[in-house]
Amino acid sequence: MWHYQAPLRDMRFVIEEWLAAPADWQRMPAFAALDGELAAQVVEEAGRFAGGVLAPLNASGDRQGCRFDNGRVTTPDGFPAAYQAFVDGGWAALACAEEDGGQGLPQLLNAALLEMIYSTNHAWAMYPGIAHGAYECLRAHGTPELRERYLAAIVSGEILPTMCLTEPQAGSDVGLLRSRAEPAADGSYRITGGKIFASGGEHDLTANILHLVLARLPDAPPGSRGISLFLVPKRLPDGRHNAVRCDGIEHKLGIRGSATCTLSFEQAEGWLLGEPHKGLAAMFVMMNSARLHVGLQGLGHAEAAWQSAAQYAAERRQMRAVRRPEGSAEAPADPIHYHPAMRRTLLELRTLTEGMRALGYWTAHLLDEAEQGADPALRARAESRAQLLTPLVKAFFTEQGFRLASAALQVFGGYGYVQDYAVEQTLRDSRIAMIYEGSNEIQANDLLLRKVLGDGGAALRGLLETFRAEAETASALPECSAFASALGHYCDRLATAAEGLAAAAAQDPERPYRAAGDFLRLLGLVALAFAWTRSARLCQGRAAAPFHAGKLESAAFFFAYLLPEADHRLVLIEASRQPLPFLPE
Amino acid sequence: MKILTALKRVVDYNVKVRVKADHSGVDLANVKMSMNPFCEIAVEEAVRLKERGIATEIVAVSVGPAQAQEQLRTALALGADRAILIETDEELGSLAVAKLLKAVVDREQPQLVITGKQAIDSDNNQTGQMLAALTGYAQGTFASKLELSGDKLKVTREIDGGLQTLELALPAIVTTDLRLNEPRYASLPNIMKAKKKPLETVKPADLGVSVASTLKVLKVEAPAERQAGIKVGSVAELVEKLKNEAKVI
Repeated sequence: MWHYQAPLRDMRFVIEEWLAAPADWQRMPAFAALDGELAAQVVEEAGRFAGGVLAPLNASGDRQGCRFDNGRVTTPDGFPAAYQAFVDGGWAALACAEEDGGQGLPQLLNAALLEMIYSTNHAWAMYPGIAHGAYECLRAHGTPELRERYLAAIVSGEILPTMCLTEPQAGSDVGLLRSRAEPAADGSYRITGGKIFASGGEHDLTANILHLVLARLPDAPPGSRGISLFLVPKRLPDGRHNAVRCDGIEHKLGIRGSATCTLSFEQAEGWLLGEPHKGLAAMFVMMNSARLHVGLQGLGHAEAAWQSAAQYAAERRQMRAVRRPEGSAEAPADPIHYHPAMRRTLLELRTLTEGMRALGYWTAHLLDEAEQGADPALRARAESRAQLLTPLVKAFFTEQGFRLASAALQVFGGYGYVQDYAVEQTLRDSRIAMIYEGSNEIQANDLLLRKVLGDGGAALRGLLETFRAEAETASALPECSAFASALGHYCDRLATAAEGLAAAAAQDPERPYRAAGDFLRLLGLVALAFAWTRSARLCQGRAAAPFHAGKLESAAFFFAYLLPEADHRLVLIEASRQPLPFLPE
Repeated sequence: MKILTALKRVVDYNVKVRVKADHSGVDLANVKMSMNPFCEIAVEEAVRLKERGIATEIVAVSVGPAQAQEQLRTALALGADRAILIETDEELGSLAVAKLLKAVVDREQPQLVITGKQAIDSDNNQTGQMLAALTGYAQGTFASKLELSGDKLKVTREIDGGLQTLELALPAIVTTDLRLNEPRYASLPNIMKAKKKPLETVKPADLGVSVASTLKVLKVEAPAERQAGIKVGSVAELVEKLKNEAKVI
């Protein structure tokens, strides 16, 4: 049996060395009291909670699933108690401001917490999953009365928020939504409409639920410019049950312990959040952190996949290996991780997982710098980097999470396909993250069209500057110079590809859309090359310690075996010159 | 009432322990270290006594390297009020640890000392008993239940034949068994508060204790790998095998 082990050593490496975050915290007044040691303790305790409380409910929650009966949803056994323990432990409020009753810790530590929660129980994590985004949204756009009424309750975990966007005809295109909101005499609104795919739209974790609902006002212009955001509680402040009904839950491929609800609003009472018709802008406050968090789901699944496969491969013995590590005992059959094919898979799992951890935590740290940094120029720079990296993290990580779960399942052979091992659940649970919170195709379009081409390439040039500065520093060290020159080389080719797409778009506006997916993967690989160049630089000369030796081996593996995929992506970006035919109606 | 709770930094219980190639000990390089699980139970019991208003102060103490501060911080996050690290990089035996703890007991004068019955690294199961002998305190080992009334402490002990209940006069030393309680997880606000609680570091020499050992470790070896079992067809066959093969009856 595999038991989740929080990857504390690597988390410390990323936080304390790769990011050197404690030094940055000293420059941010909000985090001045935080040091590496305290951060490590927070992360370790979070890991104990995830491994001790959430992990044991993962398989049982999947088998049992949620039950629906006449408007009520019962979550799997143990889910409400685990939520209570989560709230009592103060974890829900980790990154909320102290003045709101939170702990005021950085997004970076929240990212570490979330990674571990997603590794151990993605389905359960869906319930508190949107709470932080809703907190930020309410904080930014709520009237003083609404903030007074709900902010502290969200921070304390007494009330769980949901996000109600999707309608049957309005998925990726929220502009198509039809839910209506009519003003009432007392300044509140009456919301009517049907929403689907509302995660945690109904459950038994909290007595009250706060729905964030997108709907149209009577005078709304058509499309996405006519959408407003409303707060609609399940129970009204006077205790009455609001006119919100759960009509059913979905039966899904994965995250079966998460209640995905169909909700009906029939003249439900609610309040406007933000300005009329500017609901999407108000919701975008929560989108950046929400997309980063979904990216961290990919990282969490990759970590779970890597750990379980590594353990299995060390125990399972089949066939004699062509070569064995020095000093290994003679046996009729060798552990399967001696076989080159398995070694390659496992190294890919380890290298991509650790590389993504550096990039994901970096993005969280950039959000902290953008929010709390003392220097306005550095704040703006961090904001620009984070904006660019967010769709990359969301799409690249979740695709890798699923792909690596599949690679890990392959290590288990036939056993991976049966329920006795956790890896088949990891494969199923990880798949949704490629779809929701803006599908990966939408992320690719957002990255290339809006974030890269939208500003004439300025943000991309800034990001590549950071990458090239690392290449410059690392090039002085003999052990890293080959990595540094590869990183520089692909930075140049990426920049050229982006310029080429910008130029081609003038004649062929569809061209960047045909190349967006490959461009995103290319940028993902170049960002990983940056991550591994820096990791190698930090570990060079320290190979006597197994941890650092492993990092150097992973870096060498990445540049030899994984980075060449960048050539493939460049070829495909070139191939996107070729128009795509339309399919017959 | 003041409680002293002694805890040890050990290899995490999830870690697959490996013996060093030269058989000098267990390989601790890059291995996750944690608070000894029995000591966690000891800290938890102290915190519960404080929550019930019986204890007024909890002092956590550990003997070990500078990194053992991490485990003391955990104890502070769980509810201890202050901590003392007796810092040493030496590999100490139970008696040396008991002597160091005796020096702390003399200084702190606790009414109750709670510690784990044994540490999961070397499983000696000696320190609590030795400390009781050195201090002259009453001892209740392998405790599964504690009841305090006045200056009397009723300790339910897990022994081979079942449960034994002792009444001890305070001050006393209790060593914890698994079923005494289920330790809590440290909450985030308490982790943050623990940072501000006092943690004092002293050296064995400051306490006037010589930690020279009379014991020498000759060789550490992994236990022999377990052989696969077999299924027997009948009770008669089982008895036959126990008699003639295993020779245990």
